[in-house]
Amino acid sequence: MTSDVQTAPTGRPDSVQRSIGWRDALRWEGGLVVVLIAVLIFGSAQSSSFLSQSTIFYAGINIGYIALMALPMTFIIMTGEIDLSVASMLGLAGSLMGFLWHHGWGIWPAIIAALVVGALGGALNGVLVAYTALPSIAVTIGTLTLFRGVAQILLGSLTVPGVGDPQFPDSMTKIGTQSIPGGALSYSTVLFLVLALLAGIVLHATPFGRALHAIGLQPEAASFSGVRVAWVKFCLFVVSGLICAVAGVLLTLQNASVSYTAGTGLELNVVAIVLFGGVSIFGGKGTIFGVLLSVIIFGALQMILTQTHVEAEKQLVITGLLLLISVIVANGRELLSRVRSRLAVGGGSR
Amino acid sequence: MTPTDEPRPVLELAGARKSFGAVHALVDGRIALRSGEAHALVGENGAGKSTLVNILAGVHQPDGGTLTVGGEDVVFNGPAAAREAGVSIIYQEPTLFPDLTVAENIFMGRQPLRSGRRIDRARMDEEARSIFKRLGVALDPRRVARGLSVADQQLVEIAKALSLSAKVLVMDEPTAALTGVEVQRLFDVMTTLQNDGAAVMFISHRLEEVFASCQRVTVMRDGKFVSSARIEETDVDTIIHQMVGRDLDSLFPKTATTPGEPVLEVRHLGREGVFDDVSFTVRAGEIVALAGLVGAGRSEVARAIFGIDPRTQGEVVVDGKRLEPGRPLAAMAAGIGLVPEDRRQQGLVMDMGIDQNFALASLRKLRRGGIMRRSSEQRLAKVWAERLQVKFGRLRDPAATLSGGNQQKVVIGKWLAREPSLLIIDEPTRGIDVGTKSEVHRIIDSLVQGGMAVLMISSELPEVLGMADRVVVLHEGRVTGNFARDEADETTIMRAATGQHGRDAA
Ligand SMILES: Nc1ncnc2c1ncn2[C@@H]1O[C@H](COP(=O)(O)OP(=O)(O)OP(=O)(O)O)[C@@H](O)[C@H]1O
Ligand SMILES: [Mg+2]
Repeated sequence: MTSDVQTAPTGRPDSVQRSIGWRDALRWEGGLVVVLIAVLIFGSAQSSSFLSQSTIFYAGINIGYIALMALPMTFIIMTGEIDLSVASMLGLAGSLMGFLWHHGWGIWPAIIAALVVGALGGALNGVLVAYTALPSIAVTIGTLTLFRGVAQILLGSLTVPGVGDPQFPDSMTKIGTQSIPGGALSYSTVLFLVLALLAGIVLHATPFGRALHAIGLQPEAASFSGVRVAWVKFCLFVVSGLICAVAGVLLTLQNASVSYTAGTGLELNVVAIVLFGGVSIFGGKGTIFGVLLSVIIFGALQMILTQTHVEAEKQLVITGLLLLISVIVANGRELLSRVRSRLAVGGGSR
Repeated sequence: MTPTDEPRPVLELAGARKSFGAVHALVDGRIALRSGEAHALVGENGAGKSTLVNILAGVHQPDGGTLTVGGEDVVFNGPAAAREAGVSIIYQEPTLFPDLTVAENIFMGRQPLRSGRRIDRARMDEEARSIFKRLGVALDPRRVARGLSVADQQLVEIAKALSLSAKVLVMDEPTAALTGVEVQRLFDVMTTLQNDGAAVMFISHRLEEVFASCQRVTVMRDGKFVSSARIEETDVDTIIHQMVGRDLDSLFPKTATTPGEPVLEVRHLGREGVFDDVSFTVRAGEIVALAGLVGAGRSEVARAIFGIDPRTQGEVVVDGKRLEPGRPLAAMAAGIGLVPEDRRQQGLVMDMGIDQNFALASLRKLRRGGIMRRSSEQRLAKVWAERLQVKFGRLRDPAATLSGGNQQKVVIGKWLAREPSLLIIDEPTRGIDVGTKSEVHRIIDSLVQGGMAVLMISSELPEVLGMADRVVVLHEGRVTGNFARDEADETTIMRAATGQHGRDAA
């Protein structure tokens, strides 16, 4: 034996292994913490009210419903797939809720119908991705158009509540103007944080989460280990549809109104948040903690841009840039090694 | 040891060192390749052979040592530099572009051009054809690479090397995935290349292949050069001793056991177009080997039993209960484990930690109140790494950093951790060195003594004859023989495997 290659019996102490592992896993997240601090300092320098309760509340209002969709997206990207129909599903769910309200349904039946349609739309994506050989990017670009189209058929040029419609119940639309009792956070933020905690546990501490990693890294080996690859993917898309519907309901109530264009184009923000959070676009790598940091950074940036009166069009450019940066930087090492191994004609025989 | 009248080496590597973090993969890598000579490099799993190859390929930069080609010192700072210097590498699993034709693959990036920078297909095909002719093999340059056998893909890679006028051809375990006939054809090609003056380096764990095809053999152990000798000056026992650093006990440790109750009963199992009417029984404490030629449908039968592949007829009964088709989870719950044929695609998640790979089939068992703890996972990995004596750097390193044999041990360990009542092992010792091989055999033997049932698929007859209590032979998807240990010998099995024998399953 060479000196440092060890056979198992002379194992290195666990602590050493763990500390090195943590450093590896948290390198990207560490960078995000630095970025976050920088953004917060910059924001505070721009405006003295940056870290005030009301800023935090409105940041939550603006990013909360988007952040919600980033959670299932993280899972889906972990498995090497993608769901580009999220924002359209949000629009469809909100539109359906508005449509039913317009036709005299009660608020709860309308919400439940919206959630059911969310799950069904997710199931449609799921069946197509998991049980046919179609790539998810193609499937969900299709349903992106489809869901938005249905939303448009439902509402047309209508904004609900329109003339003659009752307003949505005050007790529910207050989530757009009031924080949770005894705190500065918006309801959507709290819902996101609770679900993020849950997602973190599922992804990092359950067999299901481990299966997601395995699927993203090597689907064939996963199925030879008893992972039901297709079923897992199907479930993820259903959950994604459902959560997007939840986001649609939230946004509708926050705004106290809805039109079929709700959330148009947000799928890119969602993908940007996830990738900037350090989730590999190739699947198999990433943490919920990273996504959480990324959400906060995006939320803070958005506030800064709004407070410094940058117009929406320019904000779009910035989202685009961040998307690019995150794909290139976050996945840069992997991209490089892929390019290299392609050039190396096989790379090695092991 | 080198007589002075020998020709100067075309390529010489001396004192090469390479470490990956704390792992000293190569401490003193040495090899001297001469033109017209086939040179074998042997050593245990993890001895550093592939690392040495990767240095010659320009894939790894050595931490030290000298490399001379044609008498001049060179530094390969990338694969292109190695290719330029006339060194071509054939990996065990070639990486062709599946949608391009054979000729396009050979001339990738250097296609002969006509006026107007258009590719001159006719000339390309013609040149490819003439290379194949030189090699004495019949391959159509115009067919696409997809669907070529591994052996044929290797030939395409060799043709590519020739088209680059390679002086040195390095082959890392080229025969591991080949059938007997294909191995022979590869040897013929090697001879042709040598006669044309090429220097060939050949890595294999099968020493009989080394003696059949090479003129010189270099032995490595623990990243160090041990010896280099002309083939007629050495013998198998000497080489094994140098590789392992000790004498090996008997190659096939086989303890006689009394088989117990049937664990697995396969009845009239069939899958449309793949295999048909396959029946056999495996009892507790018994090893049943599925023998046959490559392509006879053995792996397919195993996969259908485990539920990865569908089945269209018949039934599988485990411990008296019928097993649902097409559900690996059901098979696992019934106590079946499957060590698949292709460990790099199917057996391991290469980018996951060694510890996580060990745990991958036992995740539900590691769960307490829904939550899986990292520490229990590491404990499991530690226990099995120790028991199977896996050589590794750190348990959380990716499985890809393990040498081939150690990877195989992880796949076996991953299933043993579930304490299966039936373990199906497809090619248990492919790519595994002699020492580890007898170790794997010893592991299997002790498990069987403990009452486990084993269904083993092997293309190596000595392994089948040495280990199995019963041999079931498949030929073109049908059972053509079912022999007890004392009835089975090389001739009977080969006759059944080639379909010359009408004896039906019991
Ligand atoms: N990229 C890497 N990172 C860490 N360790 C590595 C890496 N590549 C190889 N090693 C280690 O270096 C040692 C030598 O590996 P190598 O693949 O050269 O062995 P080998 O002789 O080819 O074995 P085998 O016969 O099993 O293919 C092993 O212990 C292996 O784990
Ligand atoms: Mg090797």
